[in-house]
Amino acid sequence: MNLTTCRVGFVPLLDMAPIVIAHEMGFAAAEGLALDLQRAPSWSSLRDMLLWGQVDAAHMLAPVPVAMALGLGGAVARLDILQVLSINGDVIGVSQGVADKLRMAGHAFAFTDARQAATDLARVVDGPLRIGVPFPFSTHVELVNYWLRDAGLEYELCTIPPPRMADALAAGEVDAFCVGEPWGSVAVELGAGTLLLPSRAIWAVAPEKVLAARHDWVCENPALTGCLMRAIWRAARWLSVADNRLIASEILARPEYVNAPVEILDRALRGEMVISPQGEIRQVPDMIRFFDGAASFPWRSQAAWFATQLAARHGLDPETSRAAAKAICRTDLYRQNLRAAGADLPGASEKLEGSLHHPTAVASERGQMILAPDAFFDGQIFDSSRNTR
Amino acid sequence: MKLHIVIVEPDQTRARLVIDSLQPLGHHVTVISEAAGLARRVCDIAPDIVLIDMSNPSRDTLEEMALASGPMERPVAFFVDRTDRDLTQQAIEAGVSAYVVDGLQPDRVASVMDAAIARFQMFRRMRMELETTRRALEERKLIDRAKGILMKARGVTEEEAYALLRKTAMDQGRKVAEVASALVTAAGLLS
Repeated sequence: MNLTTCRVGFVPLLDMAPIVIAHEMGFAAAEGLALDLQRAPSWSSLRDMLLWGQVDAAHMLAPVPVAMALGLGGAVARLDILQVLSINGDVIGVSQGVADKLRMAGHAFAFTDARQAATDLARVVDGPLRIGVPFPFSTHVELVNYWLRDAGLEYELCTIPPPRMADALAAGEVDAFCVGEPWGSVAVELGAGTLLLPSRAIWAVAPEKVLAARHDWVCENPALTGCLMRAIWRAARWLSVADNRLIASEILARPEYVNAPVEILDRALRGEMVISPQGEIRQVPDMIRFFDGAASFPWRSQAAWFATQLAARHGLDPETSRAAAKAICRTDLYRQNLRAAGADLPGASEKLEGSLHHPTAVASERGQMILAPDAFFDGQIFDSSRNTR
Repeated sequence: MKLHIVIVEPDQTRARLVIDSLQPLGHHVTVISEAAGLARRVCDIAPDIVLIDMSNPSRDTLEEMALASGPMERPVAFFVDRTDRDLTQQAIEAGVSAYVVDGLQPDRVASVMDAAIARFQMFRRMRMELETTRRALEERKLIDRAKGILMKARGVTEEEAYALLRKTAMDQGRKVAEVASALVTAAGLLS
């Protein structure tokens, strides 16, 4: 069979798993695709590779296409969000120095309570807390800002590439970080830091990485886009099977992919996080999710949440920004391309973000689908049709 | 007016090559070789142009600086925003990215970029040649080890061992190095 080549870029992280699995486990080939996977050294390079046509599609931080739709950071072309690759999967960690102070102040490192963690941090930290994040437009930045905005804590964000995060913490360049796995666990393993929170403690269903492509490429290659989306969606379904996790970790661990130990990659997939060099373990249900609960659906309301945060910080009109962000979420293509593959599709393309505290059944094309809890740590509910926070 | 150009490059030899191409144009060039504290050092130097290899992960730190001064105004910006698309395409293919202070005349940027692009294309070729040589050497070593295993296990000469490897590779439609690698792995498991 003649395979069509599709070039897909990635940054070495656990959450690129659906792309690698689509390639390695034959889901791409089954759709007639030969994926040419290209590892990018940084998010800005991957963005440029995508914008200038060196790759056709890419593993991308969810807020990057949104920021571009808002005209932030050099928008040379429109990027579309085809589907979500991963939900959650980041951790917040602190240096051993900060961790010691937190323990002295009685912080229990329960790894669940974002409000308590912020209060305790504000009590023990003097001077601005330097927090490493992977990129100026990232779920990490939005979650950290949302988490700390009322904490009474002075902090500054420093951009550090994920694979360097552990070293930057060890070298004292930053006092804390928010980074995607496995790089948080790598910092623990090196004895450089202690994990304080999983990102899901701030927002229980934060979309982390998306599959992004240039809008004009998507328009010119409808069939190829469909094949790619189905291959990656099937890979995500494969990843949701517990028995497949170890194989996934072993594939991802290879030097050409994440290049990190299998055992460390496996922690987030299992939801069993080792939070400190002393070996304390915390169970984190939903630590990272690829498939269940319509995880891959590109909810317009989630893009609108990012747009609202970005608009507020950069002094843009919130209404216009939300509309621009919603327009790049290709829920139309998701429905069209994945319906036949067997995906259950939600009745709506927007929802109230933060309203679910328990798994909840909602209307879908096949009757009902179960959505996972999506609460924000502060109990806010975001209505993308009017809310400004 | 001469420009102050910063090159972010850990490899001294490569940094030297870029300096040699830019200094004759009358520019002042500073090299930063450490990733740590990059943002602060660039701020202190306040250059007109920063050049960085696209494969350098520290690029995202520069991206942050470019945005920090105001993402809508872009006093410092990735140069794709304002120069012609051909030059940008060439730069990306050569693997160089540049951050340019606002208000710099496009033709001045273009002359710097032309020189930088030529150097980076040279790096890219050198890097590929180096990679090819390295791989050839590794394959050579693997084949030697596989030959050694065969000579010992089957009591054949070196030539016979190599012929055996080559025949197996041809029969299976694989490279000799692949067959050698499989043999070395298997021998490791059995011993």
